[in-house]
Amino acid sequence: MYSDKVMDHFNNPRNVGSLEDANGIGEVGNARCGDIMKMYIKVKDNIITDVRFKTFGCGAAIATSSMATEMVKGKTLEEALRISNKAVTEALDGLPPAKMHCSVLAEEAVHAAIADYKARLEQKENE
Amino acid sequence: MNRIYLDNAATTRLDAEVLQQMLPYFTDHYGNPSSIYATGRDARKAVEEARRAVAAALNCTAQEIFFTSGGTESDNWAIKGIAHTNQSKGKHIISTAIEHHAVLHPLEDLQKQGFEVTYMPVDEYGLVNPADIKKAIRPDTILISVIAANNEIGTIQPIAEIGAIAKEHKIAFHTDAVQAIGAIPVDVKEWQVDTLSLSAHKFHGPKGVGALYIRKGTRLPAFIQGGAQERNRRAGTENVPGIVGLGAAITKAVTTLDENAKKIAALRDDLINGILKNVPEVRLNGHPILRLPNNVNFAVKYIEGEALLLRLDLAGIAASSGSACTSGSLDPSHVLLAIGLPHEIAHGSLRLTLSADTSQEEIDTVKTELPRIINILRAMSPLYEQGESHVF
Ligand SMILES: Cc1ncc(COP(=O)(O)O)c(C=O)c1O
Ligand SMILES: [Zn+2]
Repeated sequence: MYSDKVMDHFNNPRNVGSLEDANGIGEVGNARCGDIMKMYIKVKDNIITDVRFKTFGCGAAIATSSMATEMVKGKTLEEALRISNKAVTEALDGLPPAKMHCSVLAEEAVHAAIADYKARLEQKENE
Repeated sequence: MNRIYLDNAATTRLDAEVLQQMLPYFTDHYGNPSSIYATGRDARKAVEEARRAVAAALNCTAQEIFFTSGGTESDNWAIKGIAHTNQSKGKHIISTAIEHHAVLHPLEDLQKQGFEVTYMPVDEYGLVNPADIKKAIRPDTILISVIAANNEIGTIQPIAEIGAIAKEHKIAFHTDAVQAIGAIPVDVKEWQVDTLSLSAHKFHGPKGVGALYIRKGTRLPAFIQGGAQERNRRAGTENVPGIVGLGAAITKAVTTLDENAKKIAALRDDLINGILKNVPEVRLNGHPILRLPNNVNFAVKYIEGEALLLRLDLAGIAASSGSACTSGSLDPSHVLLAIGLPHEIAHGSLRLTLSADTSQEEIDTVKTELPRIINILRAMSPLYEQGESHVF
């Protein structure tokens, strides 16, 4: 039911783990509905230079997390924010219809991590 | 890769001897059992022989056995039929929170039609308390339906005790024994049931064929209407090869029950103990003793069931889970919620169901592969972070 690309990213997830020197961290989803994703980003000069993720969730959730980290790495914050869950699933050669809701999480996690980075920046400027 | 099949609660391999007995009924004896010429008569004879085999296995008469398309049809027929036939007496039904969907969904349909259903809760092991059922009985109660052995967690219910209560109150009693046949002794007289469902593919018979036991004197009209087959109570040309397979499979299942159950339960316990000993934060779902000899069900904290199944599949191991992402809904299995598991732990359930085909070598492989896979998935879980105490 999953594409080869999904299975590849599920089986060999890229950028899995946490990032010691992350300056933006986003956590979305909840255990109740079965998927949680935590994304760590390192931003330098408005560019995401490094990224890691941890996911509690199904095959689709893990694969989209992995693909999303590949797609945001090296991008400016503006570019990263434009990456939709649709773009992530297309890059994975699609997901079964029942699994589309699991892919939303990856987009949300990127947004949450960037929002956290911006909030930290703002706080620093105000200090 | 050697494939290890541990999803025998979903379906079982067709037994080779059973297949041999079925084959002539696809080829030589293809006649319609309702026809009077020789090939029809051959088919009729085989159907009646299978009926006697099923009756012998359940300790009833052949006239009380009706062939159906499987467990789902048998459950639908019994539940809806008994409810509709007795609605002038009352519209209250008692069942449990852990029924199979083949019982649960017909009950929900009846609720929409104005019937009232009391779903008895179960304890943390999945056991229904017969005393609670007795208390729930009202003057308008017309049916009690309790699953004999649960398909997810394997808990075996005190059916005979509940049967005695139903009998005492003159209320029709149905049991879904789909997972019980071939696994535990089933005796419709001892259990005092009025109707009982079974399905051939759960005990090494063919798919798409089952039976409903209807105790003599039970009011239950035809559910599938048409021709006069099954003494006017279940229309449609008989699935002759399937019925022959059902008869052969049930005979084999009950004659080998003692020996198989002992062997399978020993492997089951070896697997349960091996995992519980070596993997932290795993618990056994279901009853420690009153459980099907082939059922293992773990709650694996911090990881999600579908991910676990996919990884096991990559290792050649076929299993099942009650997580939402395997069921296609947002909620995990109603059975796991009914035994009190929080949603997040229910998402991490893993069911492994054995059969007489399962070998010690296969169990040993699972005992090494499963902990390895759990470690990989926990390492990437945000809920399982070293040093952090996530209260789960
Ligand atoms: C307890 C129980 N009842 C009913 C069924 C349905 O049986 P069938 O697949 O023959 O329709 C199953 C099988 O999934 C079952 O496990
Ligand atoms: Zn999912």
